[in-house]
Amino acid sequence: MKSIPFTARNASQISCHSCHLLCRINFSKIGKSLVCPRCGATLHQRKPNSLKRTWALVLAAAIFYIPANLLPVTIVTSLGKDQADTIMSGVIYFIGSGMWPIALVIFVASIMVPMLKLIILIVLLITVQRKSAWRPKDRTRLYRITEAVGRWSMVDIYVVTILVALVNLGNLATIKAGPGAGFFAAVVVITIFAAMSFDPRLIWDAKETLDE
Amino acid sequence: MDALIACHECDLIHRVKPLPKKGVANCTRCGSVLYRHKPNSLERTLALSLAGLVLFGLANWFPFLALKMGSQVHHTNLITGIQVLYDQGMQALAVLVLITTVLAPLAQLLGMLYVLLPLKRDRVPPKFAPVFRLVLGLETWSMMEVFMLGILVSVVKLAKMAQIVPGIAIFSFFALIVVLAAATVSLDPHEIWHRWEKLR
Repeated sequence: MKSIPFTARNASQISCHSCHLLCRINFSKIGKSLVCPRCGATLHQRKPNSLKRTWALVLAAAIFYIPANLLPVTIVTSLGKDQADTIMSGVIYFIGSGMWPIALVIFVASIMVPMLKLIILIVLLITVQRKSAWRPKDRTRLYRITEAVGRWSMVDIYVVTILVALVNLGNLATIKAGPGAGFFAAVVVITIFAAMSFDPRLIWDAKETLDE
Repeated sequence: MDALIACHECDLIHRVKPLPKKGVANCTRCGSVLYRHKPNSLERTLALSLAGLVLFGLANWFPFLALKMGSQVHHTNLITGIQVLYDQGMQALAVLVLITTVLAPLAQLLGMLYVLLPLKRDRVPPKFAPVFRLVLGLETWSMMEVFMLGILVSVVKLAKMAQIVPGIAIFSFFALIVVLAAATVSLDPHEIWHRWEKLR
């Protein structure tokens, strides 16, 4: 494709991220922050500092991912005995007691999804930085999936919330949230912010500079 | 409708054309959804939000789940887990759960009613634009459907050691998830912005 694609940027327009109005850039106001004339949201041609922010958040999430998996998420106290469970030991418990669909749900939502999210975001960041023209449509699709599935990782946090509420029977049995739960929640929230701060239009920008 | 729209994932500009019933317009370059035809968007979203608000009240007022172990019965509400987490010194976690399962959905429902109810009668509420932008932004943080999956997992996990008794609130909660999802799906932001623009 040799012709210049008709994008908002090439037409000196900015698409409002909130109400999707195409706004002509008023060049006399450049340098000041531009505001959507319809809904009042701040206009950005691309998300500001997208790569730097996403890298910072991805690295932070990757660091928190380690204690999230090593520290216990729940501590069960039953008749004076303590039993600490990590995310993985919970999965193994479910497999051991034959509840493999539940084991699969927890494994996918709590271990696979956050890791895949981080890997995909890193791949997207590196390919954009190297101005790669490799399969932009598929990379955009990967981004879309990453953004959509992230919320489901919260399921383990909700399981902990429900368990601590229900199993609160004093000496008989009590479940407490462990420090791993805090780190895990941080991973989920940070990866959601990381996906939000990445701008998929950068994938296509790199391709255009190559085409020109 | 606006005459032109840029794809928010690859920036390519498209001419906006009327869609057939329930049709979807995809970007010709990257395939992402540009806009959809949503019949009676305003009325449907309004009705569903009202229903959602009633269900929200029920879900938070009545007992949610109870645990029966021997002769002991331990009742909980939707909010109990958040209180327990807070008391156990996990304040940040408690706040996160509170926001994603209680505050964000509630603000979403109230915000939609605040914006759509006057608009239905051709009036514009004060601060329309910031409120509507907030409503759209809250979607990411409203995670009731994930919480529902959490309920299923917990119930299965506890089924061996104790008897779990569902309360009225849990049925309202399930209905609320369906209603809130339907309200979010039936909302057409393009149409709402456009209506508002004409009234302004």
